[in-house]
Amino acid sequence: MTGTPVARRASTPPWRNVRVLRIVAQIVTLAVVLIVGWWLLDNLFTNLRRIGLGLGFDFLNTTAGFDIGETVVAYSARDTYRDAFLVGLANTLVISALGIVLATLLGIVTGIARLSNNFLISRIAAGYVELMRNTPLLVQLVLIYAVMLQLPAISSSIDVGGMVFLNQRGLFLPRPVAGQGFGLWASLAVIGLFVAVALFVIAARREANGRAAGRLRLGGTATLAAALIGGWLVAGGPLMLDVPVRERFNFVGGVRVSPELTALLFGLVIYTAAFIGEVVRGGIQSVRRGQIEAANAIGLSDMQTLRLVVFPQALRVIVPPLTSQYLNLAKNSSLAIAVGFADLFSVSRNMANQTGQPIPVIVLVMATYLLISLLTSLAMNLYNRRVQVLER
Amino acid sequence: MYRSALLALTLGIVVLGACTSAPQPTASPAETAAASQAPTTAPAGARLAAVKARGQVICGVNGGLQGFSFLDDASNTWSGFDADYCRAVAAAVLGDANAVEFRALSAEDRSTALQSGAIDVLIRNTTWTSSRDAGWGNFGPTTFYDGQGMMVNTTLTDATALEDLAGATICVQTGTTTLLNLADQMAVRGVAYEPLTFDDIDATYSAYSEGRCDAVTSDRSQLVGRRSGFANPDDHALLEVVMSKEPLGPAVPASDDQWFDIVKWVVYATIQAEESGVTTANVAQMRDTSEDPVIRRLLGVQPDAGTLASALGLDDGWVVNIIQAVGNYGEIYNRSLGPETALALERGPNELWTNGGLMYSPPYR
Repeated sequence: MTGTPVARRASTPPWRNVRVLRIVAQIVTLAVVLIVGWWLLDNLFTNLRRIGLGLGFDFLNTTAGFDIGETVVAYSARDTYRDAFLVGLANTLVISALGIVLATLLGIVTGIARLSNNFLISRIAAGYVELMRNTPLLVQLVLIYAVMLQLPAISSSIDVGGMVFLNQRGLFLPRPVAGQGFGLWASLAVIGLFVAVALFVIAARREANGRAAGRLRLGGTATLAAALIGGWLVAGGPLMLDVPVRERFNFVGGVRVSPELTALLFGLVIYTAAFIGEVVRGGIQSVRRGQIEAANAIGLSDMQTLRLVVFPQALRVIVPPLTSQYLNLAKNSSLAIAVGFADLFSVSRNMANQTGQPIPVIVLVMATYLLISLLTSLAMNLYNRRVQVLER
Repeated sequence: MYRSALLALTLGIVVLGACTSAPQPTASPAETAAASQAPTTAPAGARLAAVKARGQVICGVNGGLQGFSFLDDASNTWSGFDADYCRAVAAAVLGDANAVEFRALSAEDRSTALQSGAIDVLIRNTTWTSSRDAGWGNFGPTTFYDGQGMMVNTTLTDATALEDLAGATICVQTGTTTLLNLADQMAVRGVAYEPLTFDDIDATYSAYSEGRCDAVTSDRSQLVGRRSGFANPDDHALLEVVMSKEPLGPAVPASDDQWFDIVKWVVYATIQAEESGVTTANVAQMRDTSEDPVIRRLLGVQPDAGTLASALGLDDGWVVNIIQAVGNYGEIYNRSLGPETALALERGPNELWTNGGLMYSPPYR
């Protein structure tokens, strides 16, 4: 390493200049990527043209012509393929949202249970996690669905008080519907709630200033109860129940939870919760022991320690891997196809076959899942930033 | 940056996936030459030459449908109506009914297999429709006139017509014309129902047989075939209604007229043989002694029949080979679907035209 830098630069030929070599390497890499990409695309288009398949999306505006069993948005066979696609998308979004909420709750419980001092609880949690993590989700789903089909036939439904029915066709629950005095009752309830919240806030402020809250909280609760019960009596039965009634083939009315939806949701939740449980456990264990000892020293209860000291710090570790579990859950919901639930992928596969346009449909499906995942990531990253800001 | 990298990666995967599943133009040497051009240029006769060189006919079948094409695990042999027609093609072209490579194809995969020319002939209970004929390849004569039917679980319902199924749950496979016909037929009758769709045919029937659905719809022959495998076949009844026309028959890749003609006339040969009373038992004797000019032309004894054989590129004895191997249409039918089998399907529209059915061969002359 002798000589001045200036002299070196002047004497280095371009083929030995690191800067030039790096740029050349970048250009070569880019060229290879472009050429391979062009070759693949050209191959695709040539082959598609050869067998007479197009790449257009015009088919989206034509009539779908098939019915879909379970829908959260209105749909009939006379609607277009675009509507059918949106029905599948809505079903996927509903199942993903429900799954994420439930899996998070169960996952947190599992993670805490694994760290429990109670031997039985921690072993049960560990056994659950290992069983779920080490068997394929598809197999679990097929098993759960097969078990659900073993529920009693419709003629011998499990009947809970003539209101709730459980059979092979699903779980049927009564649905509350607004009666005549609903508006009056609802407005009274809102006023009662408002007063109760105000009283609770005043109580909290007083306590924060070191004064006694007195009976403010009791008063708030009483006001709310009075508004609800009194309003009910005044309005004269503002809520009625739409109870499922058995008809020729099935129960009609009320709320119905189908075995397909249940099997898929249950499978996704218990599978993902096992992973989330491990994420939560790792997060909790990342909080230093001294923090817990300090919390104990200032007299916080175990629950308070967990809520006020451990969890806020654990979240910094938990949130990033939790995000990927949420993405997994949303993507795994495409396994709905195995249990007969009409999700995005199931509807799209049918579309691909009925239209004879597999490639546009698959591209559309991939783009949609990509969008769902990116939006989920975005939301979680924003949340993560909020959690991380607390770090000092 | 992160997001654009993801996008690029996804695009790459899409393209890769699409390319590997896109048909490759390497099924036969002749096709490779034509691959870069419009799909009309494969020279006639290329397929026959390729099959002869290979020594086997590649036949796309269902593989899981009792009575049509079914792989028996115990003996490891293919049986069924469709499987026998694969053998008939092999007997005609190669003189050996066992020179068949069976390819079990799913409902989704069959179109790609045919379009790409990866199979020589598709005999997979496939309905001949205008859009498929336009897009998939060429459809030969119908070997089995089927129709969409509705099977109901008699322990759950006493329905006798589609109108009785208002509010019922109906199991059906996705990606089929069956699903579309069901929607049409129910809409015409104004009957609201609840479809439960599965991607997998076994899942469809297992949900039905467990009682999850009140009814299941598919081709009538398939319903009868599946019913024969249920624990209690007597608990399931077919409604009278026929919801669609489902002509099932062979299909060949587009743009090889000679190969198309071969498959077409193989089917007609079995029908003509039944009409002329030529069977496996008497075909050799008929060839040697028959004075009937129709039979003599059919079996390649009389000279002018030679024009068909040579135009098709086959030996004069090709029809004899077929009949000796698998028999005439009636024999093929009875072996897999007839009264002695578990399916016991009535001939119905599949009778010869002389018996009031639709089976009719153009004249051999």
